Amino acid sequence: MIRRLFIANRGEIALRIIRTARRLGITSLLGVSEADLLSLPAAQADEVVLIGPPPSSASYLAIDKIVAAARAAKADALHPGYGFLSENATFARAVAAAGISFVGPGVASLEAMGDKLRARHIGVEAGLPVVPGGETADRDAVHARASVTGFPLLLKAVAGGGGRGMKRVDVPEELDRQLDLAMSEAGAAFGDPRIYVERYIERGRHIEVQILGDGVDAVHLGTRDCSIQRRFQKLVEEAPAPGLPASAYEALTSSAVRLARHLRYRGVGTVEYLVDAQTFEFFFLEMNARIQVEHPVTEAITGLDLVEQQLLVAEGHPLGIAQEAVRFIGHAIEVRINAEDWLEDFRPSPGIVSHARWPAGRGIRVDSHIAGGGIVPPHYDSLIGKLIVSGGNREEAVIRLGAALEVLDIQGVATTAGLHRHILRDSRFMRGEVDTRFFEGLNRG
Amino acid sequence: MGDLPLTPDDVAEIVAILDATPYQRIDIRTKRFNLSVARSGAGWTQSWEWPRGDTPEAAVAVKSTGPEETPAVDGQVAVRALLPGSFYRSPQPGAAPFVELGSVVEPGTVVGIIETMKLMTPVHAGVGGTVVAILAENAAPVDAQAVLMRVQPAAP
Repeated sequence: MIRRLFIANRGEIALRIIRTARRLGITSLLGVSEADLLSLPAAQADEVVLIGPPPSSASYLAIDKIVAAARAAKADALHPGYGFLSENATFARAVAAAGISFVGPGVASLEAMGDKLRARHIGVEAGLPVVPGGETADRDAVHARASVTGFPLLLKAVAGGGGRGMKRVDVPEELDRQLDLAMSEAGAAFGDPRIYVERYIERGRHIEVQILGDGVDAVHLGTRDCSIQRRFQKLVEEAPAPGLPASAYEALTSSAVRLARHLRYRGVGTVEYLVDAQTFEFFFLEMNARIQVEHPVTEAITGLDLVEQQLLVAEGHPLGIAQEAVRFIGHAIEVRINAEDWLEDFRPSPGIVSHARWPAGRGIRVDSHIAGGGIVPPHYDSLIGKLIVSGGNREEAVIRLGAALEVLDIQGVATTAGLHRHILRDSRFMRGEVDTRFFEGLNRG
Repeated sequence: MGDLPLTPDDVAEIVAILDATPYQRIDIRTKRFNLSVARSGAGWTQSWEWPRGDTPEAAVAVKSTGPEETPAVDGQVAVRALLPGSFYRSPQPGAAPFVELGSVVEPGTVVGIIETMKLMTPVHAGVGGTVVAILAENAAPVDAQAVLMRVQPAAP
């Protein structure tokens, strides 16, 4: 039974976790950096503990400090959110060693999926198809691997996730320069500069399957399409993935459940696939062993609270829901509102939000920690809110999203709201014909 | 927002009630929050305010780099930060710095990296010449426009 839940995260996801904790009568304990002392999550949490100075390395990534804070706060469980230490096995182990229950999969699953090479190996073991490529230890090995996969190729942080440290290289001459950037981003974001090299598939869709396991059995909670990305940062996510034939849906979801059962996975997880936009042939990419930024679209079509489900299995309960009992209703779309100037090459735009008017009404959900006067510090990622709309079908959701974006008004920092208005006007989006090159083909005029 | 202490469903209900009336907006003021739900064209908006104990400026300011700018010697050119963030002198932890005092640079030479919102932006020298001063330490927080280095331009 969880009574005191420590939240080792910040921003909208911290607020999201507080909301469910409050509904369940659980005391929320929030660890914050100095930069977040005045944040909305800090104001809303039942108790706040200062972890350290603003840089993530001294606060949200500082394992010793967080575990000490959780222990001092007498937490009986810890929710890591997404990003930061959420998939760090060393962290999960330290939390468990402190006698605190880690709200996430077991250490073995984190280790299996936290390393892309092992994840791929285990995927193959579980019978999932994978994309050609491999891990590299140093620069020479990257060049050797590149000569096998050919160009274009992808460089990915082995320890990564969320697109950080990921670079596409089109020609051999670009390899060294992109490798430097990838390694430095990987080192800064994850403390591990190792790089994975992989063939880049041109006309692919990024489709993922939400799974939920209790350590023995697992169910899937449907698909999401996250193909609209820029530099591997997701911009728009929707559930279910549009235009997927029933046979492809069945193959994807059953393979995800197979992987979860193979891992004896406990908690929520996302199995990511690269899916050929024409043939629907699919390749297992990786599994994110945590709650996902885009989880609200799944909540919208299933009616489930995924954070609650996480807490239930963390308490040791078996799955409370059978596959046949999961009902999928309607369609949901999420757009990420980032503090970035999308007209200036997405330049980060930290600062103070002077005015925040979010949409409201039926079928509209806003997950944001930013209201008027809210602070967007330069130290963390740029997400300031997620606008989630749902409708009886995709067309209805798209219309609702258009109306919602029209009234959304945030002043003081630049945001990506204008970009989403452009995406919405794109005929490919209206038809549901999305792939990972959607953004390149977007008319920005 | 909209979830604390009211849920998105609560806000949707308020909207549904208002939508059936001629009212344009409702302002809810409590000790913990202020919420305005207002008509906007065909749709509705929600604006929240949360009382704060302190001014936001205190938390957002990044500590400026190092000592005050050393006076520039005639002709030297400042290399400035374009964004606030953390300044790094080498491509990865443990690696050699991009440049040292005395390094000869071209305008396009990368002399450092600034990390802002998890994004690494290369800093270019901007001018050809010799690095004569390095003012920002590795991993130091810097403000936008902070002087990171000075370059003595090469004689034409």
